[in-house]
Amino acid sequence: MSKKEFDWFDRPENIRKLWIFLWGACGLTVVLQFFSHPHGHFGWDDWFGFSAALGFVSCAVLILAAKVMGFVLKRKTDYYDKGADR
Amino acid sequence: MTNVMPAAVLLAGAVLVPFFRGRTQNLITIILPAIAFWLVSQLEPGAHLQTHFFGYDLTLLRVDKLSKIFGYIFTLNAFAAFLYAYYLRDARQHCAALAYIGSALGVVFAGDVVTLYFFWEVMAVASTFLILARGTDKAMGAGFRYVLIHLFGGLLLLAGIVLHITQTGGVEYSAAAMAERSLANWLMLAGILVNAAAPPLHAWLSDSYPEATVTGGVILSAYTTKTAVYTLIRGYPGWEILMVIGCMMSIYGIMYALLENDMRRILAYSIINQVGFMVCGVGIGTAMSLNGACAHAFCHIIYKALLWMSAGSVLYMTGKSKCTDLGGLYKTMPWTMIFGTVGALAISSVPFTSGFTSKSLIIEGAVHEHITWAWLILEIASAGVFLHAGIKFPYFVFFAKDKGLRPGEPPHKTMLWSMGFMAFLCIFLGVYPDPLYAILPYEMHDFHGFYTFPGVIKQFQLLIFSALVFFLFLKLLKRTDTIALDTDWFWRKGSRAFAWVMDKSLNGVNTVADKAIAQGLAGVVNRFCVDAPRRLVVGFLYPVLPQGRRERMNRAFRAGVSPVGLSVASATLFLLIFMIYTLSR
Repeated sequence: MSKKEFDWFDRPENIRKLWIFLWGACGLTVVLQFFSHPHGHFGWDDWFGFSAALGFVSCAVLILAAKVMGFVLKRKTDYYDKGADR
Repeated sequence: MTNVMPAAVLLAGAVLVPFFRGRTQNLITIILPAIAFWLVSQLEPGAHLQTHFFGYDLTLLRVDKLSKIFGYIFTLNAFAAFLYAYYLRDARQHCAALAYIGSALGVVFAGDVVTLYFFWEVMAVASTFLILARGTDKAMGAGFRYVLIHLFGGLLLLAGIVLHITQTGGVEYSAAAMAERSLANWLMLAGILVNAAAPPLHAWLSDSYPEATVTGGVILSAYTTKTAVYTLIRGYPGWEILMVIGCMMSIYGIMYALLENDMRRILAYSIINQVGFMVCGVGIGTAMSLNGACAHAFCHIIYKALLWMSAGSVLYMTGKSKCTDLGGLYKTMPWTMIFGTVGALAISSVPFTSGFTSKSLIIEGAVHEHITWAWLILEIASAGVFLHAGIKFPYFVFFAKDKGLRPGEPPHKTMLWSMGFMAFLCIFLGVYPDPLYAILPYEMHDFHGFYTFPGVIKQFQLLIFSALVFFLFLKLLKRTDTIALDTDWFWRKGSRAFAWVMDKSLNGVNTVADKAIAQGLAGVVNRFCVDAPRRLVVGFLYPVLPQGRRERMNRAFRAGVSPVGLSVASATLFLLIFMIYTLSR
């Protein structure tokens, strides 16, 4: 194993770069909306940053809801094995 | 030469494959779908291969743009899947896969309900063997449950078909024939929805597909649910209930995929989510949304097979499929990671991938009909797809925490070629969707594609902010070594409870009956039979029998050697007294 392993995504400084890239991309898509003129169909879906807000809020709600569901529905992986073939 | 049943080619292949060995066998499995693809392209529109059977006019080959687009993608995907499975030397699996895909093609080209039902059931049975072939205890159990649910769905379909034929007298399967909201048509719809993995009977999918073999999962992911989507487009366009069911499925799939730990179970739930989009498109029922359902089925089959191939490669190399066991694989499986990520981007409908050019048709369909709630739910679900399949799958498998696994790429180059081919199609259809739009079945007016600057910006906004939420909430998404209970609980635990109740109730009845009749009543009757004559005899002879003889007679009766003479004498005496008594009255 003389060749050094490719571990770019494991290095903290690169993860920092990725975070900056992610925030930058978020900002860019919002800024670019200044130059586009969307035509909404419902009257409110062409508000500035509507899709960004929709994406953010709905995903946050989905994750939190899944978390709550998890408290009720999560079981050990051998849940169905117990008592089988008796 | 034209108008040969494409299904027949694959079904014949299923019969012939066991007679060949080794590489020849694999070559045949690749060549046959290619031939079937060519045959589909040669089919002329119209009804062919009509035959008279049991008094019904059956159409084995109904060709129009709708059946052809599904014919194309079914054979194309079969080609890629068998290329992926080129390393596999297992005639049993090849046989089952060819029969399964062949019968799926049979359903697509069936022009009547009888032919449709026949192929529908062959599909259910053949596909079961792709699950059983894994050979594990879990796979056996899952396969068993899988076939039971499908046979139940098949029975619903059959009941609907029988009612439909008796009521209308016709066997044609089309939107016009199924237009009436009758019990027959509802039953058929229910049967089809079982195969479409609509809740509450959807859990067969997430229960069984993850237990299938590496290549079985790739093949299964495409046909059963998409055949159901085709059948819905053909027979039930514009049934409003499908909009509700579709929206429900799209959210349901996301929630469960977020909870899941097993990568192939995540992909299984995302099938439910994606089929939800298609079912909703069928429910909207306009030319655009039906085209959307077709296009989305087409693209979905490609990127979903690609995702299953990528997950399959990881499973093949590491023997693991839980996110808690995986991570950091980008170091030694870069190609698998890249192809898998392309599939993940396509399913998330990132612009310039096939998901964007197909799913947008369904969403635009909702917009054109001004169905606000459906549009909003589909948009939310689109954001959620990026969350659970687009990022979660590649992130936890290929990145996240390095678990020290160094598996390397799969040793069979054909696996990588096949993934590369599918990844190419994902991007090709995203950048240049015109060939796909050209084969869509319904005529759309004023349609100019989705690559407008505002449209693309809007989509990027939606997705990048979903990604932001994923990484901000990463702590909440930490994987745990668990499963999430789904509706299969009702038939997995429920069946045990049922068995317990039956055991306690029926065996209880048994015990009570044993106590009351076998031990109780029988004993009483027995004692009565033995004691009654003795008491009678002794009673009657009391005046004439001395004490010593009486004791002896008691003993004789108990030992079963009652003196016949005495019995006769006592009986005669009794009769005599009885006669005198009655006569003297």
